[in-house]
Amino acid sequence: MKQFFLASILAGAMALPAFATDYTILAPAGPGGGWDQTARSLQTALQDEGISERVQVVNVPGAGGTIGLAQFASQQKGKADALIVGGYVMVGAILTNKSPVSLQDVTPIARLTGESVALVVPAASPLMSVADLVTALKADPGSVSWGGGSAGGVDHILAGLFAKAADVDPTKINYIAFSGGGEALAAILGSQVTVGVSGYGEFEAQIKAGTLRLLATSGDARVPGADAPTLTEAGLDVVVQNWRMVAAAPGLSDEQKAAVTADIQKLATSKTWQDMLKTKNWQDTYLSGAEFDAQLAKDISSTEAILKDIGLVQ
Amino acid sequence: MNTFEYLLQGFAVASQPMYLFYALIGVTLGTLVGVLPGIGPALTVALLLPVTYQLDPGGSLIMFAGIYYGGMYGGSTTSILLNTPGESASIVTALEGNKMARAGRGGPALATAAIGSFVAGLFATIALAFIAPYIVKFALAFGPREYFALMVLAFVTVSAAFGDSTLRGLTSLFIGLALAIIGIDQLTGQTRLAFDVPDLLDGIEVTTLAVAMFAIGETLFVAAQGKRAPDKVEAVKGSLWMSKEDWKRSWKPWLRGTAIGFPIGAMPAGGADVSSFLSYSTEKQFSKHPEEFGHGAIEGVAGPEAANNASAAGTLVPLLTLGLPTTATAAIMLAGFQQFGLQPGPLLFATNPELVWGLIASLLIANFMLLVLNLPLIGLWVRLLTIPKPWLYAGILVFATLGTIGANPSVFELGMLLTFGLLGYFMRVFGYPIAPVVVGLILGPMAEQQLRRALAISQGDFSVLVTSPIAAGLLLLAALALIVPLVLRARGRGDVLTKMATDED
Repeated sequence: MKQFFLASILAGAMALPAFATDYTILAPAGPGGGWDQTARSLQTALQDEGISERVQVVNVPGAGGTIGLAQFASQQKGKADALIVGGYVMVGAILTNKSPVSLQDVTPIARLTGESVALVVPAASPLMSVADLVTALKADPGSVSWGGGSAGGVDHILAGLFAKAADVDPTKINYIAFSGGGEALAAILGSQVTVGVSGYGEFEAQIKAGTLRLLATSGDARVPGADAPTLTEAGLDVVVQNWRMVAAAPGLSDEQKAAVTADIQKLATSKTWQDMLKTKNWQDTYLSGAEFDAQLAKDISSTEAILKDIGLVQ
Repeated sequence: MNTFEYLLQGFAVASQPMYLFYALIGVTLGTLVGVLPGIGPALTVALLLPVTYQLDPGGSLIMFAGIYYGGMYGGSTTSILLNTPGESASIVTALEGNKMARAGRGGPALATAAIGSFVAGLFATIALAFIAPYIVKFALAFGPREYFALMVLAFVTVSAAFGDSTLRGLTSLFIGLALAIIGIDQLTGQTRLAFDVPDLLDGIEVTTLAVAMFAIGETLFVAAQGKRAPDKVEAVKGSLWMSKEDWKRSWKPWLRGTAIGFPIGAMPAGGADVSSFLSYSTEKQFSKHPEEFGHGAIEGVAGPEAANNASAAGTLVPLLTLGLPTTATAAIMLAGFQQFGLQPGPLLFATNPELVWGLIASLLIANFMLLVLNLPLIGLWVRLLTIPKPWLYAGILVFATLGTIGANPSVFELGMLLTFGLLGYFMRVFGYPIAPVVVGLILGPMAEQQLRRALAISQGDFSVLVTSPIAAGLLLLAALALIVPLVLRARGRGDVLTKMATDED
């Protein structure tokens, strides 16, 4: 009897993988950052929703995610249980680092979250609107210092696109890169730089407390609850979003890809995930399949163009 | 309610038996995971954070605080006993702590680290409760030029604090600075000296270099001496506990370390490593036994350990008052807050006082638990050193390698570990100090980036570097630190300085 019991447990344990995949998610960044948090949220939601029995998160930090991406593309080929988290920053990093591995070498599954980039100034700044900023920039591009995240990242790209849309030579912008939105925030609050560029979430508390003034946000729609126009509304033809995505390993069969896509779709519509988006203040920008592939291709080509304009990519 | 009443209320919540139990579990888990080499507090917290989700907000925060402080403390244990610092903030602890351990004074070294961490945690957490809003104003006054001045001060004092020969010290420092250039330049996104090796794009990992130089270099050095090596490792000589003399020499460094660590930790670009270096050089200046530095001076453990714990509490200042996570650990804490729908920021103290004060009370309780847990364990830890030398060093090699692979699973990283281990060995053989290499790697990029940021903002005008009062003051201090020893030497007190110098590390 006892042996039968054991055997049934064993059989049950062996049968489990047939129902659910034990995913391993690679976060191509150190613990604590946006990609790590995305990976760990995915982990919790996939497990809590019963989509996957056991999910592991592995951190491979470095170079805007391109090191993790390269490792993922070469080591996980054809494995249907491997996922990698990535995003817009990776698109820029692949280009600036001349990475031998690109997003074409993995199987993008879906865009999950997105965030508008915000332009802010300290409360005491004389700049009151986007128009004031354009005027100051046209008068002397060098005198306007832009504080934001790492060089070639989404913040830098937005500064370049802004200048271009305002008919200012994008190579002339005085962009001061900080190691992240946090360090940049300190420099903006301390009035070390003229204008701050970073994800809206990084500035939200300060904007609400009145220590920073929001000039505009960069998405295609206004940020709910924020009292500022989009850049398009302010008269500049610029739309940029910092999005995060999940991709699967290269070399998957169509059935395997469909299975992973179905799991992620189930996750994206689940209550656990939706609640998480709310607590983390992430915008739901779920997009998958052919639509996502098309959007990705568009983002890559526009990013390449602006990085060439800024002079970061030859 | 005023600050004090809130704090008392926080204590009332946190001292319920169940919560005390959570605190104990948190501290134990944190210490155990933190002791593993290559796993710093950030990874410890990231790994263990999901455990806390199952509890209610109060219990979760308390266990979290325990894990945080436990992870911080666990790292220093391995630094002292095995010379394998798991994170950049405990590199300095390894310098003197490991010397003490090998001279049979591992007990007092661990004790002064534990009590120093407690004292620093206590004062810094109290400071966090009462003066956070003022500290944050001071920290925000630091822009690129002020940071650059702070780095100059750190360079001058720290390089003077290591080694007997200025030339050799500077040689080591410049090796570190050269290594620091490798990787993507943060300000322009261009790669430097990476030779198309993807693993080098992010530069050289500080912990890889430190573990290679300290642990592997040391192991090779011992192995190369073979039987000729004097049997230096003595597990316990004298008391396991701190003597009266140890107490007398420790309490001032604890307080000075706290005073240095807390404000620097609160600065958005400060950090525990900078404050532990500054504390080390300060202690060397103030010590009545400067000749012991480099051979196991207890002040050199007490000060930096207090400094890195105080700066850990300091990082909570920008996190709670500005919503600004300045370290990876703080970013994970932010995620922990968001779990309860809290957004740290300028409004947090006003909108959610119970949770903030609950957290502060939890930190104080976790801090106390840590002491309770660790003091009795010292006897056990020290016994690690009674392991026969070949086994001990083989074990150190295994741990160093595992730690490096664990933190970054890559063959190239392992190759770097061995190469730098060899470099460390040859530097030892030829009498070059090792610590300045690591210092150069840590401080070099900070100094360079801040200088370039300052000049970019001023559009190339160098006068900005001295027109801020804080920057000018710091630069003046640096100049004094450079000139005073020269004057002393000229006035015939040179022999004192030579005595202060050390031949190793």
